[in-house]
Amino acid sequence: MQNDYDVVVIGGGPAGLAAAIRARELGLRVLLLENRETLGGIPLQCIHPGFGLHYFKEDLTGTEFIYRFIYKFLDMEIEHYTGAHVVSIEPFSDLEKRLRVVTSKGVLDITTTTVIYTTGARERHLFEIGITGHRPAGVYTAGEAQTMMDIDGIMPGKEIVIVGSGDVGLIMARRFALEGAHVKAVIEIMSYPGGLTRNVVQCLQDFGIPLYLSHAVTRIEGTTKVEKVILTKVDENLRPVPGTEKEIECDTVVIAAGLVPYLKVLERAGVIIDPATKGPVVNEHLETSIPGIFVAGNALVINDLVDYVVEQGELAAESAYLYIQNKGIPTKKWRKLVKGRNIRLIVPHYLSGDNDVIIYARVQKPEENVKLHFPEINKEIKLPFVKPAEMIRIKLRKEDITKAKDKITMEVVLNE
Amino acid sequence: MERKKVVVIGAGVVGASIVRVLSQYNELDVYLLEKNVDAGMGVSKANTAIIHPGHEDDPKKCPLRAKLCVRGNRLWHQWVKELGIPAKFPGELMIAIEEDDLKVAEHYLELAQKNGVPGVRLVDNEELRKLEPNVNPNVAGALWAPTAGVMDSPMAAPALVENAVANGVRFFPETEVQGIKIENGEVKGVKTNKGFIEADIIINAAGLYSDKISKMAGIDYFTVHPRKGEYYVFDDDATPKVTRILHQTPTPVTKGVYVITEMHDGLMIGPTAEDLPEDAKEDTSTTKEGLDFVWEWAQKLVKELPPKNKVIRTFAGLRPEPPDGRWIIEAYDDPWGFINAAGIRSPGFTSAPAIAYYIVEELIQKKLDIKLTKKSHWNPYRRAYWFKDLPPEKQNELIKQDPAYGNVVCMCREITEGEIVNVITRMKSMGVKIITLDGIKMRTGAMAGTCQGSYCRIRIARIIARETGIPLWEVSFRGKGTEYGIGDVKVLLRGNGGDKNAE
Amino acid sequence: MSEIRHFKLTCIICPLGCEIEVKMEGDKIVEITGFGCPKGRDYAIQEVIAPKRVVMSVIKVNKGDFPTVSVKTDKPVPKELIPVIMKELAKIEVEAPVKIGQVIIGNVANSGANIIATRPSRKVLPVS
Repeated sequence: MQNDYDVVVIGGGPAGLAAAIRARELGLRVLLLENRETLGGIPLQCIHPGFGLHYFKEDLTGTEFIYRFIYKFLDMEIEHYTGAHVVSIEPFSDLEKRLRVVTSKGVLDITTTTVIYTTGARERHLFEIGITGHRPAGVYTAGEAQTMMDIDGIMPGKEIVIVGSGDVGLIMARRFALEGAHVKAVIEIMSYPGGLTRNVVQCLQDFGIPLYLSHAVTRIEGTTKVEKVILTKVDENLRPVPGTEKEIECDTVVIAAGLVPYLKVLERAGVIIDPATKGPVVNEHLETSIPGIFVAGNALVINDLVDYVVEQGELAAESAYLYIQNKGIPTKKWRKLVKGRNIRLIVPHYLSGDNDVIIYARVQKPEENVKLHFPEINKEIKLPFVKPAEMIRIKLRKEDITKAKDKITMEVVLNE
Repeated sequence: MERKKVVVIGAGVVGASIVRVLSQYNELDVYLLEKNVDAGMGVSKANTAIIHPGHEDDPKKCPLRAKLCVRGNRLWHQWVKELGIPAKFPGELMIAIEEDDLKVAEHYLELAQKNGVPGVRLVDNEELRKLEPNVNPNVAGALWAPTAGVMDSPMAAPALVENAVANGVRFFPETEVQGIKIENGEVKGVKTNKGFIEADIIINAAGLYSDKISKMAGIDYFTVHPRKGEYYVFDDDATPKVTRILHQTPTPVTKGVYVITEMHDGLMIGPTAEDLPEDAKEDTSTTKEGLDFVWEWAQKLVKELPPKNKVIRTFAGLRPEPPDGRWIIEAYDDPWGFINAAGIRSPGFTSAPAIAYYIVEELIQKKLDIKLTKKSHWNPYRRAYWFKDLPPEKQNELIKQDPAYGNVVCMCREITEGEIVNVITRMKSMGVKIITLDGIKMRTGAMAGTCQGSYCRIRIARIIARETGIPLWEVSFRGKGTEYGIGDVKVLLRGNGGDKNAE
Repeated sequence: MSEIRHFKLTCIICPLGCEIEVKMEGDKIVEITGFGCPKGRDYAIQEVIAPKRVVMSVIKVNKGDFPTVSVKTDKPVPKELIPVIMKELAKIEVEAPVKIGQVIIGNVANSGANIIATRPSRKVLPVS
């Protein structure tokens, strides 16, 4: 019996929309499921520019970027539900996945040959970064504050402390400052800013917002509403240095402590997770350990740029097509991609040698004047610098990949 | 027969249990006063959530605690079913870590026999490991108490009050008692921020503030101080978990850190027991020292704890500690009509239903000699359900009636918009005036899962705003002073000041 | 003789973030050091003479499917105009529908830039 769909895309953000559009262009029968009431995902609330420089060769706001996809998706009349929640994915066989979905039309039992999982990420919150003290009103994650301001048009508070200097934290600092709030500090536990230099300048320096590097918020005070935060210096092992405590009065704490792939349903289905990316282990087709289930976007690995997210979505759709044509991914031999010196994470995890592959990686620590070195295949790529905040994206050619027997190590080495 | 007006002060689990029992009688008009915006927002919402078996109290030292805990345990078995409060009864293992600790366990076995706790016995290391595969294999043995349970404790007080109101009790939130009127040695009523309320009987169940209320009635021989307990909660997918309730034999240092799997399937460890000064009745802050202590002691009980990065919440709760640990549950000749249910420390949660019966049977009927008869039409049931636990046919039925049941708003806990709207309706009909985010959290578990509300809190706030007709920023966590926002996004630019960074 | 001023800035052209120093005498640039490429040099000159930024915000929209539309200046504006423009934006509300790219305020604060919508809002009929 034929399945209801060739591919079900779970998640209607940039990765999901790009995947669904590409899958439809390839002639597949597609269903897209989105949990929110609207399509678009997180870029809907990203009103700042910096999106689409690679994909459209234009500098767009997140909103402008995502609407190009939303309009295209709607024009193609791709079947979809918003306000839909996938309860379970059962990998019944290689060629049949069974999904249970709650929608406002009822509980649906759907069969599909492949699944593309693009549910994005969740934000790390207060309790995951070791902050003790009270739990008063006035503590938000950065994304929640962004939704409040830039979708719903409400102001969280007046005197703001931001914990974390990744791009999201920096961009929210500027948003608060622009709307007239007093951003008293951005606090970063590492000795370097977590976000792009561009954002440190435009979001903090432009507004005279102090950045505390090598500092951690250890405690929040205030029984009813936030009254202040306590911060301390941290040593090179990120441990608080006693005697360096300092108070900052504020009424709002914004936690911008990074993202984690949100994979609850996929984990219950049994996929293998990479502890470094906290996303699934995948091969070059972005196929997870369950045949026919693909993953893309921030559910795969936390990306810096929406352009990469879209690229992964499109690749996942092409992989689903390949899977359907061949009743499975036709690769016989896999080579493992292995993390070497100063590499914190890397995807995909397995390469076939049949295709050129785009590799995404992140380093552990910043270094200048380095090269990426692949010892097994005798390949080097020179880079002026590497930074944890900037994802490395490089292409490995199939001719190079096939030089390796069973593994390819990627490491950062200093130039002599 | 003359009707009696009963005012109960405090809608924690003790006050809420009392009004539920009082609502069974024909002759009583019952008023429940609560200073917070909702029931159960004080000490009742942050605790270990255990229904204790009742073998930890010496009947010689604390006769009421010893007696009422066992009865409370039995009553909860029935009450959780009637009220639709998620609960389970996996039994408890009091673990003797060293050989010497077995003597302590034996002491508690004796107490169990004295208190009439069913099924309590010593188990050796081998049987212990069968009962609890994740127990630390090197411990000496344990005392097994099969009647112990775990419940979704934040839901208890709201559920009890909802059921009591359905049976005629009137609930007045945001009502703070400021004084008690006494004439000729009899109580006449309470002065509150909302006006004077007449009363023939006043029952003080004000938790941490029960000493203050008692003083208003002229009974000032005791004070209640807060004792803090800190906890960790892990994500529902964090392993290993435990099947039973684990804690160690009490020592002079600690009564014991517990390791349980709570009702949302996450491992929970705690508490500490830190005595705070009398005036620190709102200090529910966690501390690094407290949390480290919990971690260290919990580790001794199990083979291993889940990794720390699987912790989704740390919190602290307060217990109202009376002098010498003795509950003050008394009626007085002067002022006649005043009843204390004060300083109800552990095992207060477990004993609450029994305390309620004790007050009605021993104090109101016997001591005050008021004749009461039971209603013929009293309804013990509160209809509660979780969409995710229903079979698909039932889910489809609900969605057909109201498509909002097909909109899952909290993804971690799979709570639907329909359930949230339903809870708001219930809150309103129970007498809650300000629908808060915490009120929804206590009743549904939404916003308390993996993401701690970072995804769904704004969606739930939008529903509250829509259902109650207020602007989104006025939705609050727990009432005045805890609003979600300060105004629309231009509020600072329109006003003077602000704008300090934009110079 | 004019006063000599030193500017220290971090280049934002690429992620390298070169530290560039500019020495000015009056309104004349007399020395630029530390830049890594010609683009960086140009950036530094622009930054000390007339720094410009794109401004972004949201404004309230009535009867729309979203409560706000997001907006931006359609080109960079002088930095010192940012607070003026933000004050302007705090005063206005628009009616749905709003299209992406629609001009909300022309030549805002005499900057030569328009405020344009970057997110649409569809009109929704009130539910009774």
